[in-house]
Amino acid sequence: MNDKRPVNLDLSTIKFPVTAIASITHRVTGVAIFLALPILLWMLDRSLASPESFADLKELMTSPLVKLVVWAILAVLLYHLVAGIRHLIMDTGVGETLEGGRRGAKLVFIISAVLILLVGGWIW
Amino acid sequence: MVTPVTSLGRNGLYDWLIQRVSAVIIGVYLIGMLGYLMCTGDLDYGSWKAFMGSVCMQIANTLLVIAVAAHTWVGLWGVTTDYLTSLTFGKAATGVRLIAQVAIALALVVYLLWGLVLIWGGA
Ligand code: HEM
Repeated sequence: MNDKRPVNLDLSTIKFPVTAIASITHRVTGVAIFLALPILLWMLDRSLASPESFADLKELMTSPLVKLVVWAILAVLLYHLVAGIRHLIMDTGVGETLEGGRRGAKLVFIISAVLILLVGGWIW
Repeated sequence: MVTPVTSLGRNGLYDWLIQRVSAVIIGVYLIGMLGYLMCTGDLDYGSWKAFMGSVCMQIANTLLVIAVAAHTWVGLWGVTTDYLTSLTFGKAATGVRLIAQVAIALALVVYLLWGLVLIWGGA
């Protein structure tokens, strides 16, 4: 191998473009939702099992900590949803240029931030 | 060509399609459910139970849990085949990856069955 080729090992000089951040966040949120699935299933279970368990769940949902957890789960879901819709749109060939990709990635961050704030307001 | 035995559709094109179709199902459900919950306001047990027990919602919920299981399997298959490789785990990679994938598959089957019991068991 040619050992004179340039090597950049200074990670602090490497900046991820916004498209890469949008992409890895989609992946991280996908894994996060998987980890949250038992919580969601448990909540569905409690909400349907009996009037008592429904009331207990409602009572639990008044705790700020629980609200925070539910908000976090909805936040990763919403980001994954918005970025996923962008994915599907790009699959049809729309916005596949470098500029289009950048604009789409920024839009995903803006739209999901607005939606996440909205459900936050709804939870509280 | 090597056929990846652990991929859901047995080839990338099917997996790609399964991923998209399931994404649309989950996405439509999510938007609909969030809209319903946000518009209904203060929900009581009786109407929630009746709503989820309607044939319409039983079918939608069944489609949802199947879509989630398929979508998450294809998604995490991609993640495991990206990171659990000989680059990160050397010779142990195949074993590590298979153990992770079996654990994920087991979890997803349990969630799928749990979901179906919730939907149809009338618990
Ligand atoms: C239960 C909910 C969900 C879970 C657990 C989940 C999980 C995942 C995971 C783990 C991946 C793989 C990520 C990667 O390889 O980078 C993925 C990919 C994907 N998800 Fe989801 N997802 C869910 C819901 C959704 C929804 C609602 C959409 C909406 C439209 C969506 C759209 C996509 C798309 C398009 C991909 C493919 C990305 C690619 O090809 O690189 N997902 N999902």
